[in-house]
Amino acid sequence: MPDAATSLNVRAALDGVRVIDIKGDITAASEDVLMDAYGRASESGARVITLNFTDLDYMNSGGIGLLVTLLVRAQRNRQQMLAYGLSEHYRQIFELTRLDEAVGIHDTEADALAAAGGS
Amino acid sequence: MSEQQAEHSEDRAAARDATNWAKDVSRLNVGEVPEGAINLNVEGRRLTSPIQGFGKMWQKTYQVRLPVDRVSAADLIATWKQNFPDFWPEGNHFYGSITGIEPGDVALLNMTMPGKMKLSTGVMVLYADEESFTLMTPQGHMFAGWITFSATEAEGETVAQAQVLMRASDPIFELGLTFGGHKQEDRFWQHTLGAVAAEFGRPDAEVDTQVVCVDKKRQWSKWRNVWHSSAIRSTIYMLGAPVRGIRRLFA
Repeated sequence: MPDAATSLNVRAALDGVRVIDIKGDITAASEDVLMDAYGRASESGARVITLNFTDLDYMNSGGIGLLVTLLVRAQRNRQQMLAYGLSEHYRQIFELTRLDEAVGIHDTEADALAAAGGS
Repeated sequence: MSEQQAEHSEDRAAARDATNWAKDVSRLNVGEVPEGAINLNVEGRRLTSPIQGFGKMWQKTYQVRLPVDRVSAADLIATWKQNFPDFWPEGNHFYGSITGIEPGDVALLNMTMPGKMKLSTGVMVLYADEESFTLMTPQGHMFAGWITFSATEAEGETVAQAQVLMRASDPIFELGLTFGGHKQEDRFWQHTLGAVAAEFGRPDAEVDTQVVCVDKKRQWSKWRNVWHSSAIRSTIYMLGAPVRGIRRLFA
C-alpha cells in the first residue's frame, strides 16, 4: 500500500550513480515505495545508490529497519550506499544504530558524488 | 503552507525526534541494579545492529488480532510498555525501569536457555512512541539487531505485532539458533503475543508467525564477536558461583 506521507524521486547523478530523493516520513509503512524506488534506481546497473535525506521530515525505528534491509539488498548486488542531507539528529541515530559503519555519510550531494566518483 | 506553519511543523517534528529516540551513546551504562537481577554482559558494551552480526539475517514477524472495540492500538501499546515483563514466558526476566519503557532505558535480561542454562544479557530502548517501541541488543547478546513492538488498527481490528530484525551475534549462537534456537525464539514471542491477547480477554487468539531470511550469507569477518558471547561469559559466571560463595563466607 503506498504511503501518502512519503514521496521518492529517482534521478541519475553520474554514470552508474543514482540518487533517491526522500521527501516526508520513513516508517515501516514506506516499505513498498522505498523498495520500488530502489528497484528503479538499480534498473540501469547502478553501482552507487545515494540517499538524499534533505527533505526527510521524520523517521522512526521501523524506517531504520527498512534502511538496513535496503543496505543488505544493495550489498547483495555489489552496490555501495551513500547518504547526505541528514540533520544532526538523524546523523546521531545513524551512529547509535551503527548504520554509519556501512553507509557513507556526507554533508552535501557534491561531497557524496565526489566520494561516489572516486569509489 | 505558510512559512509560519512550516516552522511550526518543523518544531513539532524536532520535538518528536527528541522525545521518541534514545540519545546517542557509545557504550551502555547500567543504572541501579534491581534486587535479584544479575548484571552481566551489559555495562560498557556497544549496541549492535544486524550489520554487526555474524549469522544469516532474519526478519521474524509475530502478530495477534484483537477486536478494536476491546482495545485501541494506543491503549494496547501503553499497557504493553507498562507491563512488558509480565507477558514473558516463565523463567525469563526483564529488569527494566519501574515506570515502563522509555527511550534510552537499559534493561537487564536474565534468561533460561535449553538445558536450564542461565544467560545474562540486556537491551536498550532505542525508540518509543504511542504506537511502537524498539529494543536494541548489545555486544554479546544472542543476536545483533532489534525488536519492534507495535500496534495498528485496520478493518475493526487492533493488530499487535513483534518484529525481530536480527543476525546471530557469533558462530556459537548461529549454531544454537540453527539447531533449535529459532524454534525456541518463535515459541517465546508466540507466548508473549498470546499473553498480550489474554490481557485483553482473548486467551485463545491465534498468533501468526512469518519468517523471512533477508540475507542467507554469514558475515565471517564478524566471527570474533564470540569474545563477547553472553553464553560463554554467563556459563563461566555460573561455574564461579561456589568460589564466590566461599569467598563471601570468609570476607
